Amino acid sequence: MRRLSPWLVVAMALGYLFLYAPILILVVYSFNESKLVTVWGGFSTKWYGELAANDKLLDAAWLSLRIAAASATGAVVLGTLCAITLVRFGRFRGRLLFSAMTTAPLVMPEVITGLSMLLLFVALQQLTGWPDGRSALTIAIAHITFATAYVSVVVQARLGQMDRSLEEAALDLGARPLRVFFTITLPLILPSLVAGWLLAFTLSLDDLVIASFVSGPGSTTLPMVVFSSVRLGLSPEINALATILLGTVAFCVIIAGIVLSRRRGERA
Amino acid sequence: MSRDNPHASHAGRRLVAGVPYLWLLVFFLAPFAIVFGISLSKARFGVPPYEPLLQNGEVMAQWGNYAFLLEDPLYLTALLNSIQIATTSATICLLIGYPMALGIARAPDRWRSPLLLAVILPFWTSFLIRVYAWMGLLKNEGLINSLLLALGIIDEPVQMLQTGFAVHLGIVYSYLPFMVLPLYATLERMDLSLLEAASDLGARPWRAFLTITLPLSLPGVVAGFLLVFIPAVGEFVIPELLGSSRTIMIGKVLWTEFFNNRDWPLASALAVAMLLLIVAPLAWLESMRVRRRGAAR
Repeated sequence: MRRLSPWLVVAMALGYLFLYAPILILVVYSFNESKLVTVWGGFSTKWYGELAANDKLLDAAWLSLRIAAASATGAVVLGTLCAITLVRFGRFRGRLLFSAMTTAPLVMPEVITGLSMLLLFVALQQLTGWPDGRSALTIAIAHITFATAYVSVVVQARLGQMDRSLEEAALDLGARPLRVFFTITLPLILPSLVAGWLLAFTLSLDDLVIASFVSGPGSTTLPMVVFSSVRLGLSPEINALATILLGTVAFCVIIAGIVLSRRRGERA
Repeated sequence: MSRDNPHASHAGRRLVAGVPYLWLLVFFLAPFAIVFGISLSKARFGVPPYEPLLQNGEVMAQWGNYAFLLEDPLYLTALLNSIQIATTSATICLLIGYPMALGIARAPDRWRSPLLLAVILPFWTSFLIRVYAWMGLLKNEGLINSLLLALGIIDEPVQMLQTGFAVHLGIVYSYLPFMVLPLYATLERMDLSLLEAASDLGARPWRAFLTITLPLSLPGVVAGFLLVFIPAVGEFVIPELLGSSRTIMIGKVLWTEFFNNRDWPLASALAVAMLLLIVAPLAWLESMRVRRRGAAR
């Protein structure tokens, strides 16, 4: 094994310091007694208590989680169908438009996606009466639409590398296409569906801009609450919230890492 | 599919392709037609806050919003600013991300996954909160200023929040993982025997880097640059929270026209202009890149 040059080690260390120092400082200050976010006033967990009593924020968090779960599920279904169409169906009429529509959301600025979805909902409501105002439903539809593109990319990569011989064997033995899909294709691409679901879930949970355009009076998501409180200045409660979010993510990632490395160990 | 799967029914395929096709037509493509339509309308007080395009059977389209975008220098400035800020930030990302990606790709095998994971991990946490973290650090009474004051390096707080510097910093910080990942992917695949050959032939490490590693990693550089540039150029949150009224970016201007001025037609015209001037060239570049990569395979 060649040794890493000391320059690279230093550059990496600085890079990771840059990535993690702000987050760690945020966590440390969530345990700060003082109301002033930048002055240390002693250790305290009182901001977690305040957070637990903040109904507006908790309601928004619960709404965001439900929207994220619903839109991730919808996006996985649509994204998988997109991926199958693009990888397996070869050439067909309208393919160019289809592949353009599945990749365009990836390069679309959020403000444009948000504005265009809102104008669509307004126009639809004028023409058909549906959707009746903006709500969690319109946020979920908007999130499904832009997350589908991401899921499609993830699933396409997996479908492209997949060994086709198992499917072909099943078809030769007389299995119907739908059955082949559910007993062979789906289990084989399942990891990419899980990855796509998690990605879509995160994108939805994190989205401020699109949700702001298409949300209604009763549907304020967590990022919208965080944004409006952050815009007014720093608040230790947000630090506490950040710490909980980071803790959850780190916990999940470490568990996933352990499971994956175990499985790899078993295989080897 | 008919070629390699004669059993697949035609109706089944129609359904598989048809459902997402219809969804995207209705919820992705149709909205742009509506945006274009409303960009030709006029703002008014009411619900919705724009004049209907069809009045008594007559089309009331007018190009006034586009003329206004050209007249007021604010919009051109915002566009150029956005492109400049996104370009500079992507370049800084490259300078920070390249050594990181190279280090991860050349690290011992068992270190690679955890190191890579550590780059991705911040991406899975809230974007808003990562930007918020910098507000606390950059404030006049913030940690960086306090530290510099305590060390006697400065005598009075340096204004860092609400500057162009803070906007660049926020973008670099938020999108650094997007730069590292594609760079890592190309560097990791690289054939290391080329470097050994170069060193056997007497090339110094720097020279080997400049003549072998760097050119071979160019696809990763381009991919990483685009992955940072694309979200950065239309960014709203970062200039809103870290920038000042002088760091105008096009995404923020659109947001203001829509939410603060409630001028939906002008916001729509701005969206159309952004699509034509920023998104269309990027989409074209991206499709060229994908096609070239496909051909190389």
